[in-house]
Amino acid sequence: MIAFILRRLAQSIAVLLTVGLIAFAMFRFAGDPVNQIVSQDTPYEQRMQIRRDLGLDDPFPVQFGRYVARAVRGDYGISYQFRQPVSDLLKERMPATLELALAATLFALSFGILMGVFSALKRDSALAALLQTVSLVGVSLPTFLIGILLIYLFSVTLGWLPSYGRGDTVRLGWWSTGLLTSSGLRALVLPAITLGLFQMTLIMRLVRAEMLEVLRTDYIRFARARGIRTSAVHFGHALKNTLVPVITVAGLQLGSVIAFSIITETVFQWPGMGLLFVQSVQNVDIPIMAAYLLLVALIFVVINLAVDILYTVVDPRLGSSLGRAA
Amino acid sequence: MAMRFGFGTLALAVAAAIGSAAPAAAVTFRYAFVGDVKSLDPYTLKETFAIAAQGNAYEGLTTRDKDLNIVPSLAERWEIAEPTRWRFYLRKGVKFHDGSDFTADDVVFSANRVRATGSDFASNLPKDAEVVKVDDHTVDFKLTSPNPILHYQFDNWYIMSKKWSEANGSANPTPASATTPSYAALHENGTGPFIIESHQPGVKTVFKRNPNYWGKVESNLDEAIFTTINNDATRVAALLSGEVDWMDPVPLQDQQRIASSSNAVMMTGPELRTIFLGMDQTRDELLESNVKGKNPFKDQRVRQALMLGIDENVIKARVMRNQATPSALMIAPQVFQLAGDFTRPPADPERAKKLLADAGYPNGFEVGMDCPNDRYVNDEAICQAVVSMLSRIGVKVNLNAQPKAKYFAKVLRANGYSTSLFLLGWTPATNDSHNVLFEIMGCRTDPKTSRGGMNLGGYCNPKLDELADQVLVESDTTKRNGLIKQAFQIGVEDVGYIPLHQQALAWGVSKKVKLTQRPDNQLLLKWVSKEP
Repeated sequence: MIAFILRRLAQSIAVLLTVGLIAFAMFRFAGDPVNQIVSQDTPYEQRMQIRRDLGLDDPFPVQFGRYVARAVRGDYGISYQFRQPVSDLLKERMPATLELALAATLFALSFGILMGVFSALKRDSALAALLQTVSLVGVSLPTFLIGILLIYLFSVTLGWLPSYGRGDTVRLGWWSTGLLTSSGLRALVLPAITLGLFQMTLIMRLVRAEMLEVLRTDYIRFARARGIRTSAVHFGHALKNTLVPVITVAGLQLGSVIAFSIITETVFQWPGMGLLFVQSVQNVDIPIMAAYLLLVALIFVVINLAVDILYTVVDPRLGSSLGRAA
Repeated sequence: MAMRFGFGTLALAVAAAIGSAAPAAAVTFRYAFVGDVKSLDPYTLKETFAIAAQGNAYEGLTTRDKDLNIVPSLAERWEIAEPTRWRFYLRKGVKFHDGSDFTADDVVFSANRVRATGSDFASNLPKDAEVVKVDDHTVDFKLTSPNPILHYQFDNWYIMSKKWSEANGSANPTPASATTPSYAALHENGTGPFIIESHQPGVKTVFKRNPNYWGKVESNLDEAIFTTINNDATRVAALLSGEVDWMDPVPLQDQQRIASSSNAVMMTGPELRTIFLGMDQTRDELLESNVKGKNPFKDQRVRQALMLGIDENVIKARVMRNQATPSALMIAPQVFQLAGDFTRPPADPERAKKLLADAGYPNGFEVGMDCPNDRYVNDEAICQAVVSMLSRIGVKVNLNAQPKAKYFAKVLRANGYSTSLFLLGWTPATNDSHNVLFEIMGCRTDPKTSRGGMNLGGYCNPKLDELADQVLVESDTTKRNGLIKQAFQIGVEDVGYIPLHQQALAWGVSKKVKLTQRPDNQLLLKWVSKEP
């Protein structure tokens, strides 16, 4: 088991290095950072001086090596545009992204399971048919369009919810939270729905399919034959057995919810890491781009590692096979 | 137990949040812009929006009024004691936001800091000018040559406190390659009518009224909150739903919608930025063309043909939805008095074809064109219109439109000006013609000066340079304008550039708000009032 974890850790480091390498190779195609940090009047000599100072003239392996050497010491550099340490900027933006991702996942889980169960149990009803159609829309409409439609309906037309930003935040140590103010909670609604809609439809369809499967199994029939109440059969036995794959999927999706909140954050001007990343791409702010991509890679690596370890806890049979493989 | 403690903290935090809400009577102005205020350090980046945002808290020796006239600010008055010595008399009783007094020492300090390495505002003050403290409220500027426009950029050269900057390790501007964070980038200590209470770069900036301001301010605002909103649709929605009171820019396609909405209006007006096309007139063979062994753009007739082939009125009406002013010159009429003497020749494709034939290209030719797609209003669409218009006179243009980060990386000097035909926009930082004549229209043949640094096509006429040098030192306004006119006349005859238009400012403004739109696109809070 320990050998397995060690091996996975070694693999993770290799993954991170590869991500860094690919990211660095791509930055050269993003444009010239110097032009984004000077004005139109900045003389040529000064531009060249900045290039040299930033080390942009060095060969690619030197730049990459220097970055890795600093990164392992926890130094991710200073943002070109903000002149602030990248780690501070990311730390400041991280709570916004994590709260949004969490809210979106909760929304997706609760509504997804509810709708999935309903459409499995009453699959011939008109509402179930409607839910199926809605879920198709959720899967097929692009996120930015959903976001803009929601803004148009709930902010511009009805005036119920804010169209941008995070509302008022409260500081708990270094963590700034929007969950404790009414404006913060109101601001969270539309972005969370936008970000969670795809996951919600995914979970709904998964629950429905699993539920239909389980309802056909013998033990449900026997449970019914024993005269156990229908609600107990459905929720106590059937639903419980559909949840294992649902939790797996939701857990794995958490990584992508964090990583792909970029679009939602852009549409709602949500001050999270994704928005910071988009802005840094436009401005060729290499230190931020590099650190963000590494961070996202790290999140995926950690989640996958955790899931692998959890599997062995949940199902000891896997543990023995993993142990052998190690 | 831990749980209960958690809830306790939670309740406290909620109470704190409610308690800290602003009193109901406070007038708060919310505004949004597409870009960020990247740094509060007023010498870090010369960018209009940042200058305006910092200008609410910081002030220069001079300032510009609603019509861009230069008026006193931290300097009460000034005089040209000798042609090479200017004397500025500083305002007394002015305090920085930290309560310390504003004196001549701060001016001398700021003069050094603004010209230090890492400053993006070094050109606001001649580098060989010597700034001398005469007494606590008098400063002399000693120049090496007469300079009638010495103070033209003083309005954007904000005065910083010597004591505060030194005490906080910000005696020098933070260079882009800094390895330590800058205090002045996140904190502010100016003399202006508003105090920046907090600044989260890229998120929001909160301004509070300065109760101890030295002057009278027409604004009734207690507070202003600036937010970046990148996304066009979100920015429009925020204005329409009343969540922001001002936003810029309004995309052309949404202007009608805002104008017809019940709670907002469009404020449009000509901007000082001129959009133009340039052509490579330096290389013996164009980088991107099917003409080999010679450069068609070296022939004035070809340049003239391109000018006549482009129908700016159509660009104005169709691409810009009338939000543009066609331009005959490389400068906006607001900042050059005699601009009215020039008229833009109407499009004439037949004559253009004839000129091309005379120049030896009866069947036209092929050329590549560079264009940004996220820099100016509808920049890519303008280029596409140019492509189709030029195809009518037989010039096949291969358009390469890309984000500004890529575009500028290709066309600027650092990459050897590798472009054959390009679209660019320019606002003279001085609000004066000399800047255009020197930076854009000056020959880049002399490696000893920075003349022509942004002359991407390398247009060159030594006579124009001579006139520009005279313009620089001529103090008599009438004579000076005459010289400028002569210089622009040469540029027009040579067709060194093809000016297109000045794009319009497009502000979306809530009906609850009264404010002033200055043609240099600066929104200043001191001129903003809002219904309580």
